[in-house]
Amino acid sequence: MEVRVQNIRKEFGRYPALEDVSLDIRSGELVALLGPSGSGKTTLLRLIAGLESPTEGTIFFGDEDASKKSVQQRNIGFVFQHYALFRHMTVLDNVSFGLNVRPANRRPQAAEIRRRALDLLELVQLSGLEKRYPAQLSGGQRQRVALARAMAVEPNVLLLDEPFGALDAQVRKELRKWLREIHDRTGHTTVFVTHDQEEALELADRVVVMSKGAIEQVGTPDDIYDHPVSPFVYGFIGQSNCLDVTLSRGEIWFEDRPIGLRAASEPDGPATLYFRPHDIELVDGCGCLAGLVTAGRRVAGTRHLEVSLGRTQPPVEIELPPERASSTDHSRVAFRPTRWKLYRGAGDVARGSVQAQSSGIELAPTGT
Amino acid sequence: MALDIGPTPTSAPSTPVGAATSETRLARATLIALALGFVGLFLLLPLGTVFIEAFRKGAGEFLAALGDPETFSAILLTLTVAGIAVPLNLVFGVAAAWAIAKFEFKGKAFLTTLIDLPFSVSPVISGLVFVLLFGANSALGPILQSYGVQILFAVPGLVLATVFVTFPFVARELIPLMQEQGTSDEEAARSLGATGWQTFWHVTLPNIKWGLLYGVLLCNARAMGEFGAVSVVSGHIRGETNTMPLQVEILYNEYNFVAAFAVAALLALLALATLVLKTALELRYSDEIAASRRH
Ligand SMILES: Nc1ncnc2c1ncn2[C@@H]1O[C@H](COP(=O)(O)OP(=O)(O)OP(=O)(O)O)[C@@H](O)[C@H]1O
Ligand SMILES: [Mg+2]
Repeated sequence: MEVRVQNIRKEFGRYPALEDVSLDIRSGELVALLGPSGSGKTTLLRLIAGLESPTEGTIFFGDEDASKKSVQQRNIGFVFQHYALFRHMTVLDNVSFGLNVRPANRRPQAAEIRRRALDLLELVQLSGLEKRYPAQLSGGQRQRVALARAMAVEPNVLLLDEPFGALDAQVRKELRKWLREIHDRTGHTTVFVTHDQEEALELADRVVVMSKGAIEQVGTPDDIYDHPVSPFVYGFIGQSNCLDVTLSRGEIWFEDRPIGLRAASEPDGPATLYFRPHDIELVDGCGCLAGLVTAGRRVAGTRHLEVSLGRTQPPVEIELPPERASSTDHSRVAFRPTRWKLYRGAGDVARGSVQAQSSGIELAPTGT
Repeated sequence: MALDIGPTPTSAPSTPVGAATSETRLARATLIALALGFVGLFLLLPLGTVFIEAFRKGAGEFLAALGDPETFSAILLTLTVAGIAVPLNLVFGVAAAWAIAKFEFKGKAFLTTLIDLPFSVSPVISGLVFVLLFGANSALGPILQSYGVQILFAVPGLVLATVFVTFPFVARELIPLMQEQGTSDEEAARSLGATGWQTFWHVTLPNIKWGLLYGVLLCNARAMGEFGAVSVVSGHIRGETNTMPLQVEILYNEYNFVAAFAVAALLALLALATLVLKTALELRYSDEIAASRRH
């Protein structure tokens, strides 16, 4: 079911946990809420569920205003960070709970409930464990019981709070793939919270990046990674370097020299340049960024070099194929970003300043 | 000796390890002896004395003492008072613990402190409070009297005093348990469509049942044994408002030692039965208790 969050504001006491948040979730979509700790991801999820009520704003489920409905009436499936399985019930009873507590006129027959619970357990690959108690399961198995329990009520929307947060890296990876498969098979509209960007980018149809109680950007994983709309998103998703630069007559200057990048339509003044470590090319001579390699480390197929551009500047990181990097250890390198982005606005990095120039491959004019 | 052949990794640490274990063994023996001595001297000896005194003149005298009409009515009264007070405190205790553990509201800290009040106030004062509230010189007493309702020197007064004194047992047992368990189980149940009552019955209650049972058993033991508060409100009307502890005192003051100890022995027996029941349940359901404590 389609879920629309409109101008939601949520305060705890005087403290605003969410400010003017709006979000449209399409039917059948798998959406990730991504952001640093305390950015309001759980709060937004709980508001959609009806476990909290908004200070202001409305939430629509389809065309219906769900804001006035209680959590029971919204018919959602919620998977809690620590699963919240009923410890005195068997796995089967946990999964059947949502059907068993229905009023008699909407409750399926006992045999039907049992059959549906067993089907779900098969879907989450836990067949044969239905008589166990939660304490007798591994973390990953509990996670899957929690998911089966939430799906048993045929929810309008499935909400998961850090579903893999408590599991080790290996299990996380497996469950991630598996959740995607389940989603593709069942087609539930799903929202999950994570602070793991890799998880969000790999799993979700669309990613919602949050910061300080507001939504920074909503987009497909490619959008978010390739076209971040704010310095915060640029810095938060993937690795990035940022440099304080100056604009002068359409050219970007770093310290006392132009670096061969042009932003023709921009007025003069200070700005911040963002680029990713792998979006660079080595160049010869001047009209570029140059510095001393201070450290290098091998990361999988590439070599990461730390380059000091000057004593007053923080080092930047660049990524090169190992064969090109070997000759550069402890020596000077000259390079130029191939994809980059410029943000302006008095160093107000977290707020999302005016975007001065869309990113793109900007080739330096020759012979500067 | 080790100096000649150089350090030998196996023999070198053996001495300190041996010394350490012998030291702990000594400490252990001392501690065990101390604990057993204490239990023997302060618990078993007095308890044993009660039973020995009760049966000093044989089982016949013992039974005769219990069959005395006044004593018999005291036993009935104690069971009645406990039978009313304990269920009331069961309900109050669960409600209070629920409110404190699962909701945020103003004055919560104050309520938590208030629950402990009966523990910190002397039982005699607790009794006096009810005399002040319902006595002949109070505002309430004469009004109730005119409607024919007798609070003081009657069963209602005894129940009120007992409820007051034993109020904290259930709540105290449940609050930390419920706080530790948090609200996510209840939230999960509600998100699955369960009503408030279904959530309480199927999720909350099973989660707290062991704590609740301990609370009720302790509450019951205290309700039957309470002396101070009950003594103030009872009025000591023979055969009518004397509970077992009060009856013990009266018999003792009349130098009727066998009867006094017989009632005392019965009271002690009730307390022991409570303990045995608790232990038996713990043994029987140890797995389940362990599971419910685990995450
Ligand atoms: N019940 C509450 N009472 C008061 N403040 C709260 C409450 N719940 C959340 N907050 C505050 O709201 C803000 C957002 O919290 P939220 O739990 O939504 O963050 P989050 O993005 O889920 O973080 P994390 O990744 O650490 O789980 C935080 O600053 C938090 O302190
Ligand atoms: Mg959270």
